[in-house]
Amino acid sequence: MSTMIPATDRKKAGTMSLMINGKKIKALKGMTVLEAALGASVYIPTLCYDPDLKPYGACRLCLVEIEGMRGIVSSCTTPAVDGMVIRTDTPMVNLARRAALELILVNHHGDCLTCTKNQRCELQKVAQYLGIEQENLDKLRKGTQILPVDKSHPAFDRDHNKCLLCGRCVQACEEIAAVGAIDLAFRGYATKVSTFGDKPIHDSICVSCGECISRCPTGALVPKHYIQPTDHVKTICPYCGVGCSIYLGIRGNEIVDVQGAKESPVNKGGLCVKGRYGLDFVNHQDRLTRPLIRKEGVPKNVSTTDIHQIFREADWNEVLDRMAQDIGLTIDRHGPDAIGLLSSAKCTNEDNYLFQKFARAVLHTNNVDHCARLCHASTVAAALAAFGDGAMSNSISDIDQAEVLFVIGSNTTECHPIIGRRIKRAIKNNGAKLIVADPRRIELCDMAEIHLDHFPGTDVALLNGMMRQIVEENLHDQTFIAKRCEEFEPFLESLNGYDLKTVDAITGVAGEKIRQSGLLFGKAKKAIVLYGMGITQHTTGTDNVKAIANLLMLTGNLGRKGTGFSPLRGQNNVQGACDMGALPVVYPGYQRVDHPGVREKFEKAWGKNLNEKPGITITEMVQAAYEGQLKALYVMGENPMLSEPDLNHVREALARLELLIVQDIFLTETAQMADVILPATSFAEKDGTFTNTERRVQRVRKAIDPPGEARPDWEIIAEISKRLGYPMDYQSSAEIMDEIARLTPIYGGINHDRLGRGGLQWPCWDKKHTGTPILHKGQFTRGRGKFHVVLDRPPAELPTFAYPILLTTGRILEHWHTGSMSHRSHVLETLAPESRVEINPVDASRLGIVEGDVISLSSCRGAIQTKVKKTHRVRPGQAFMAFHWKEAPANRLTNPAFDLQAKIPEFKVSSVKAILTVLERAVEDNKFLTALAENPAGVLASYDLTPEHRKALVDGDIASLEKWVGPLEERLQMWLKVRLKQENISEK
Amino acid sequence: MEQAIYEELAVESRLEIEGLFNEIGKEFKGRADELIPMLQRVQRALGFLPEQALLEIARLTRLSTARVFGTATFYAQFRFQPVGRNVIRVCRGTACHVKGSDRILEDIKGHLQVAPGQMTRDGLFTIETVACFGSCALAPIMVVNDSVYGSLKRSRALKLLDEIRVREEGLLM
Repeated sequence: MSTMIPATDRKKAGTMSLMINGKKIKALKGMTVLEAALGASVYIPTLCYDPDLKPYGACRLCLVEIEGMRGIVSSCTTPAVDGMVIRTDTPMVNLARRAALELILVNHHGDCLTCTKNQRCELQKVAQYLGIEQENLDKLRKGTQILPVDKSHPAFDRDHNKCLLCGRCVQACEEIAAVGAIDLAFRGYATKVSTFGDKPIHDSICVSCGECISRCPTGALVPKHYIQPTDHVKTICPYCGVGCSIYLGIRGNEIVDVQGAKESPVNKGGLCVKGRYGLDFVNHQDRLTRPLIRKEGVPKNVSTTDIHQIFREADWNEVLDRMAQDIGLTIDRHGPDAIGLLSSAKCTNEDNYLFQKFARAVLHTNNVDHCARLCHASTVAAALAAFGDGAMSNSISDIDQAEVLFVIGSNTTECHPIIGRRIKRAIKNNGAKLIVADPRRIELCDMAEIHLDHFPGTDVALLNGMMRQIVEENLHDQTFIAKRCEEFEPFLESLNGYDLKTVDAITGVAGEKIRQSGLLFGKAKKAIVLYGMGITQHTTGTDNVKAIANLLMLTGNLGRKGTGFSPLRGQNNVQGACDMGALPVVYPGYQRVDHPGVREKFEKAWGKNLNEKPGITITEMVQAAYEGQLKALYVMGENPMLSEPDLNHVREALARLELLIVQDIFLTETAQMADVILPATSFAEKDGTFTNTERRVQRVRKAIDPPGEARPDWEIIAEISKRLGYPMDYQSSAEIMDEIARLTPIYGGINHDRLGRGGLQWPCWDKKHTGTPILHKGQFTRGRGKFHVVLDRPPAELPTFAYPILLTTGRILEHWHTGSMSHRSHVLETLAPESRVEINPVDASRLGIVEGDVISLSSCRGAIQTKVKKTHRVRPGQAFMAFHWKEAPANRLTNPAFDLQAKIPEFKVSSVKAILTVLERAVEDNKFLTALAENPAGVLASYDLTPEHRKALVDGDIASLEKWVGPLEERLQMWLKVRLKQENISEK
Repeated sequence: MEQAIYEELAVESRLEIEGLFNEIGKEFKGRADELIPMLQRVQRALGFLPEQALLEIARLTRLSTARVFGTATFYAQFRFQPVGRNVIRVCRGTACHVKGSDRILEDIKGHLQVAPGQMTRDGLFTIETVACFGSCALAPIMVVNDSVYGSLKRSRALKLLDEIRVREEGLLM
């Protein structure tokens, strides 16, 4: 008997012919009987079958007769064999199916008419096909147990009374999402789909991706508020850089449903919680619908949130005229370089192209940058230097082929969930080995062979240490190095200082672990390094990335399938915004502005003289605004008031601007400081393209009309441009893409009509080119791969006595960056309503902090208040916090010190101190509490205490203490009791 | 089915679990097919399967926590509640029933003030019922830990429990 072959490998295996119901059909070898029948359009009723899942054989409905086999068999678990004769619709088969179905139906509670799944229910469909008679049901003993419905989750309900125990949800959770939050539990009649400990789903490890909901055949798992869409539009998810294809379900002008596109090579139908449940921000009442102008005389630093006190509504003509006039005045008075422009990694390629063209051709400045500066600027700088291309070298699907995956500085399952689950599946299904390097014990660590929990900011030492082990064991790829790389010798010499003992001392990781990971990585024939902000957001960011490049070249892991350099880009279109030249030193396609030939080409194409001086970066723009050299800033779809480091400084800098224009879909924290606000359209309201992390240019399609008078970004730019005397007459975004293709060699073959199926990966040189899944095949883009000598340097700021805790920042699964979108999603906001700083229980108990306390965190730059989450995910002495909340903006604490090459700030290392907020308030005028709060245990021993005082302190007699120090809040009393015990004073 | 509800474990039992898993880590390779032997090992040591232990087993075997829970709840042999220091099993098979095991059970329930499956407040006893011990010639049967008491009289049953109590309390003093 032949075996089943995974769907992806079947084409190679050839075909076979079968006889089904007397008709001869062809099928691919390795198919099951069910798949062969469905492929030939022969209906077989099923409830547990799902083409994405492994055959399970639970529902006993797909029974068929096969000649030569005894009795009847389940077709979903029987491999088809050449020449098989199958009958799918005989009386015996249907009798057995009916018996199975009757047993299911008699235990199925619920009224079809009020069920969300009515008419979309697979059980209804099967019952209809088989024809069930009431009489037969009445003969059976009805199910008697009524189980409570689990309504704990904000997005969906679980009604066990409608569950058939088909196991599709369990399989989806295990095989697709690779989470395993649910399984069949208990036994016999009591069997049910259960979380660990049979707790409500909200209290389980469920990641809310909804894969189970989309696969449930009945009404057992249903969205909480389901509205049937009347139309579907295929587009791209606007959250992270993975670039999942989605179908937006539309009813009226509203997004009511989101489904993953199964045909997409990126996500294959899968989605995470943000993609599936986080898009209702588009229809949120807070959307900007009319242009706004700051009222005369309202200061920039006003703290009210009532926008009508700050702004007045205006019509487009007035706003655009005024903007053109103000921009013109600024240029006349201070020159074009007094203007800065922030483009947007959330906007389309077409928007970004036009925005930088506006900066360069109309305003005559190269001062255009975007938030890639804050995430992967160091990647672009380092990879251009090492390889000649600043992007991910291979495709996401290469993860399936690798033997070793090395994830460093990326919390992939939370920040790029669809790639995260791919990593987990590669480990489970393909036996790939995982190495995780992260100061925190992130979710992926549970599946890792080795977890290297190095101190933040010691990546170079860690990587050099690993590489030295690889070289010592002779595991480096000498042919690859000799044939394809250069400057190897000095690099090799530079590793001498990184023996295990030294690296152990720098990184805090045991030498043996470093050695093991070096061996594991070095021995692998195919290995991938995946990394994120943990590598790039350092003052040594560029060096960190260069070290990764060195590691890949040293082991020859480039230019082949299953290998590669994988920076995981954050924003949906941050790759595209870089490609489009929304950077101060390059035109579209990384063509340098200071290269005369290139400039000439663009001058000719745009019909204007262009500024040859490279522009300044975001980080420099903020400083220039603070110092008064930058007078005007035009921000499209970015929110520096939460995303920049050292926010107090940013606020002051933006307040000093003469003109701040913000173009956005919501009144962001930055917009609140603006002089003019322009209402733009969201991803769902415009056409264009996004480029994902694997360089795949994909189509974004308009699904609904924009709210009020909001307009697409490129149209707004074209309107201002016209008023400044440079008409931009584009009829559509497709026309802009054609201009991009003419001027950008790597986008040469990109055209909206060619992106229909799965998009195209650049470089795509011409209209016939089918894209480039793997870069650096045969040779590197720059010719030879260049080894760089990188030596470790400590972070700019290290913990001190006053600020003893090392804070790292990042993101969490349920929210997105500054939260202007995700905080306006009902499900996401309900799942994660408030900020929590993660601290180690050891630190918590030292500080007298318990779970859920509000604490004050402060650095030498500012202070915030946030709730606490005690967890072993962070090591003692470290803390982690996401930067999503305006109420607790982590970036008020972070250090603006930046990498000198890439100008990326060191978000990942700052020194802070933590104190209970009630205590902080109390110590302001209380020396006794101050002494206890600021000093280690034993401080009172040096005090000269009266016997009376001493007794009260020993007894923890709060009433007496209050007589001396004044009234104490309840939480403070608890804290004091615990703290006094640590003092260990005796009564005499 | 009674739901498995867990309470926050006391610090001592947390340490006990940590110690136990240090040993288990040495005894097992951490393969998925060692799941049931591991569950049995834990139950032998602790008398039941606390939540923390199931989480540890999931970590060691790299199975999902839900899979570990699903498997454990499938088997009648596993408990999710703490068990008394002495487990009293009363046989409820046909022969024992005819010989009056129902009355013995009623007596014990009344005496200890707990239902089958539950533990007495002092942690001394847990009563359980068994469908048949297969020693019908000795009916009615009661099994205390590993000792079998056959042809049991009602008065003898309660006396046995009191003897155990005296012995255990004596040990405590």
